Amino acid sequence: MDGSQSNFRKVYADNAATTAVSPEVLGAMLPFYKEIYGNPSSLYALGQEAKAPLEEARATVAACLGAKPNEIYFTSCGTESDNWAIKGCARAQQKRSGKNHIITSAFEHHAVLHTCQALEREGFTVTYLDVHSNGIVDPKELEAAITDQTALVTIMYANNEIGTIQPIAEIGEVCKRHNIPFHTDAVQAIGNVHIDVKAQNIDMLSLSGHKIHAPKGVGALYIRAGLPVQTFMDGGAQERNKRGGTENVAAIAGLATAIRRATDSIDQRVARLTPMRDKLIEGILKIERSRLNGSQEHRLPGNASFCFQGIEGESLLLLLDMKGISASSGSACTSGSLDPSHVLLSIGLPHEVAHGSLRLSFGDYNTMEDVDYILEVVPQIIQRLRNMSPLWDAIQTGKVDYDRFM
Amino acid sequence: MAYSEKVMDHFANPRNVGEMENFSGVGEVGNPKCGDIMRMYIKVEGETITDVSFMTFGCGAAIATSSMATELIKGKPISEALKLTNKAVMEALDGLPPVKVHCSVLAEQAIKAAVSDYYRRQGIDPTPIVGELPECEECACSM
Repeated sequence: MDGSQSNFRKVYADNAATTAVSPEVLGAMLPFYKEIYGNPSSLYALGQEAKAPLEEARATVAACLGAKPNEIYFTSCGTESDNWAIKGCARAQQKRSGKNHIITSAFEHHAVLHTCQALEREGFTVTYLDVHSNGIVDPKELEAAITDQTALVTIMYANNEIGTIQPIAEIGEVCKRHNIPFHTDAVQAIGNVHIDVKAQNIDMLSLSGHKIHAPKGVGALYIRAGLPVQTFMDGGAQERNKRGGTENVAAIAGLATAIRRATDSIDQRVARLTPMRDKLIEGILKIERSRLNGSQEHRLPGNASFCFQGIEGESLLLLLDMKGISASSGSACTSGSLDPSHVLLSIGLPHEVAHGSLRLSFGDYNTMEDVDYILEVVPQIIQRLRNMSPLWDAIQTGKVDYDRFM
Repeated sequence: MAYSEKVMDHFANPRNVGEMENFSGVGEVGNPKCGDIMRMYIKVEGETITDVSFMTFGCGAAIATSSMATELIKGKPISEALKLTNKAVMEALDGLPPVKVHCSVLAEQAIKAAVSDYYRRQGIDPTPIVGELPECEECACSM
């Protein structure tokens, strides 16, 4: 294998990281850059021309979640939505009733995890629920963690790295019974699972545009009407005085188009991606000493996360890239830190095994041929890296034993 | 990934990779918890390292620094190989991203570990010649 990058099929298998803007979404956005460029807060016709589509977009996003339009707030990204929901709700609860306890899970996205840690520095206490080896929170353990000081529960809908889907309706039911606000980061879940914020007792929900073929730089937060949440960004009267800043009308129009398409086609997407994912999993697990991370059953249809003993994830990604395959890893070496991903550690993997991780995530533009190509390339690369790995040698000769993590 | 062309070349086409039979010395540094292990084999004739090979578990930079280090000491006297610094390995690779500097430290240590093993096999205490080898915690994981 040489280092050249050409002559290979290109397979984008990192849709959990981001997606391409679809032509339909781009088409919905373009008028707001050149013709309908007015500020929606302006009184004259050009401004009001932009105001109407903004409110239409709000109604669309609301309809896709089972919410009301006045419960949808547009933001700049999923991270902003998470920050606003968690800080805004926790601080409001603390101010009203002195409650200072938050319950979350051990494998949240950093947008939630680091926000909770920031609140710990403000004096909140945070319970990080175990996610077990299958990568799923147990609602009974959540209920047991609730105290009379609990101000907020925040549990992600589906994990970004290992794709496991959480029992959100059950969690929502527990929170409702105890009258505790429930936030979920649904960034990875939109378009892959049926979401109804009322039926599932969700009080706040974060979503992001760029995971569903809308552009980067736009997101939304659903806040149940009547739930006290502090203003996140002080400024003008936009977003009902809750989030200042001139609305990104073009991106919001794109987000609405994208979420409509994503949620209208959930069943077709699941039906198309699941066999691709399962074929991939079946093929990859034929590789000696490999493992699937997290439950296969309760899993996003496009997500497959693996660990391969005896190799390191970054070198795997670099060799895949040379073969035209874009993927990601929770390896320490790809994160810029010395620790592998907290997600892989949270499901009980030791560092030694977590270093050899690979996430492949499919979306609407992938095909079964992509799966076949990945299955052709990955085993060769694993073998190549194992051939030069002293750790693989040590595993083969029984000097180290990771049998528990297969 | 901010790797230089030279790093990518040595990663994609590693030199002197593989196990060695009839080696004169072998050293292994790093640990699996940190995500990199380097094993270096040397063959010594007289005072010269006539052959060298490596096996590495680790990231692109770990593989590239191992490969470059073997090239830099092959055919050289032991005394010269012991003078090879991690900095020299990095320079030969046109630099490494800051978070990857520890890989070059491992490459330097792997050579010293192999030479130490060679001396021990000769019945010679390596410490006065090679010096103390730091534990992994001091080189790779304390960045």
